[in-house]
Amino acid sequence: MAAKLDVHEALSGVINEHHGRLLSALIANLRDFQMAEDSLQDALASAITHWGRSGVPANPTGWLLQTARRKAIDRIRRAKNFDVKSKDYALLLRLDQQDAEDERQEEIPDERLRLIFTCCHPALDPKTRVALTLRTLGGLTTAEIARAFLDTESAMAQRLVRAQKKIKASGIPFEVPQGTDLPDRLQSVLAVIYLIFNEGYAATRGEQQIRKDLCEEALFLAGVVDQLCPEQAEVEGLIALMSMIHARKAARATPDGGMISIEDQDRSLWDQAAIKPALALVKRALGRGTPGPYQIQAAIQAVHAEAETFQSTGWAEIVGLYEVLMKFDASAVVRLNWCVALSFEQGADAAIRASADLAQDLAEYQPYHAACAAFYRAAGRFDEAEECYAKAIGLSKNQSEAMFLDRKRREAKKEAEQMLGLSPTGR
Amino acid sequence: MQYLALIYSEPEPTPDYGTPEFEAMMQEWRDVTQIYQDDGVMLGGEALQPVETATSIRKRDGKLETMDGPFAETKEQLGGFYLFECKNLDEAIKYASMIPTARTGTVEVRPIMDVG
Repeated sequence: MAAKLDVHEALSGVINEHHGRLLSALIANLRDFQMAEDSLQDALASAITHWGRSGVPANPTGWLLQTARRKAIDRIRRAKNFDVKSKDYALLLRLDQQDAEDERQEEIPDERLRLIFTCCHPALDPKTRVALTLRTLGGLTTAEIARAFLDTESAMAQRLVRAQKKIKASGIPFEVPQGTDLPDRLQSVLAVIYLIFNEGYAATRGEQQIRKDLCEEALFLAGVVDQLCPEQAEVEGLIALMSMIHARKAARATPDGGMISIEDQDRSLWDQAAIKPALALVKRALGRGTPGPYQIQAAIQAVHAEAETFQSTGWAEIVGLYEVLMKFDASAVVRLNWCVALSFEQGADAAIRASADLAQDLAEYQPYHAACAAFYRAAGRFDEAEECYAKAIGLSKNQSEAMFLDRKRREAKKEAEQMLGLSPTGR
Repeated sequence: MQYLALIYSEPEPTPDYGTPEFEAMMQEWRDVTQIYQDDGVMLGGEALQPVETATSIRKRDGKLETMDGPFAETKEQLGGFYLFECKNLDEAIKYASMIPTARTGTVEVRPIMDVG
């Protein structure tokens, strides 16, 4: 039936766009994560019936919020320890009264910033922060999140329920941190968003799987934070960083899902319409005079974006930026990236020397062995290159990665044979 | 809400009583306790005798079993606690992070269950 389809479509449209807004407004009223979610589910079920009968209301989000509040009132009344005099109950009744009087139904208040700070609270496990943010603000289903993490749906459901219980029982506040707490807590929020982005990025080169685009979800979430918590240099930095990486999407994979490294990408496929505003955003962010790791990473991506060819990339600038980044994040992975930049600026020997002390920290890290292989190959040390390629292939997590590395390995072999003046043994 | 801050540390030799080092250590604990009292968040707090003094008991089938020592042998041992009254977890974490041994050991913050 066409009408029924329209209702489902309208409803999923509203939920895709406004799940976070509705849920956060409800939590602000109810002070109870679980009840807010349950009441919203009740309201969605109710919408299917009512909208199907009398059409989609003029203000669908307002309708859903009002209905969810009424469902919450019902739930509170049915509860064992129901107390007519409780403050929360009185507030709900008052809000319901207001809704009834105010026919215009103004736009619902935006409480999403409080919600995102709650979901990304450092008292929650990092994976839980990501899952909770996707569930509440992104409106993804538990099944979708489970797929993104290669978890079972029941394990993911349990994780989400545990998180909601902990938020309530341990008193994790539903508020935006103030003063000196804000920068640290904002970094925690941005880290969650960047994890979501990287999850989506990895998925585009893994076994192809149809799922909501997590890269775009991350950009959406960062946009919400920027809108509600404006003029924060690190927020702008993260948006610029993700936009520039995302702008290379079309150039990053072969039609059959194989991976193409930045070195070999067709730069005419880069989305200049996304890159241009991102470049302006990095400049604006850095101009605020509060540098941070996301801004520096965005600046590195900007150097790549501005280079017409891989060869003409401003490697000296990139090496310098990695040195600044290491002041914020001295992890082995950042040092490895610095070594890679160094190999293009000063040559493979410099990179081999600089990366010597990373072997232990990154022994199980595939990109480390792939990078070393490239260094040795460029230095003409083909036996060592071969050894590193083999290690990298053994550590790769999906087929397109392994195929990419194997192609590089065969290229290196050919190069070695040519250098030795031997012709490949044709059979 | 009420929160219990459980203070865990690896046992290490403390400075001798009466030395300036001992006095400095005690002063740190007195200072932080003073802040808790001034801010009106402290409901209680005590230091415990070392785990060697612990007796663990359990009752099975009506029979009392006693064991010489702590319930769980771990490197970091429970050495004391504070009981706070705080607005939310953020506030509890703020006060718990002032505990001197948070720098070397671990403080576990647990909400008290509201059974009222």
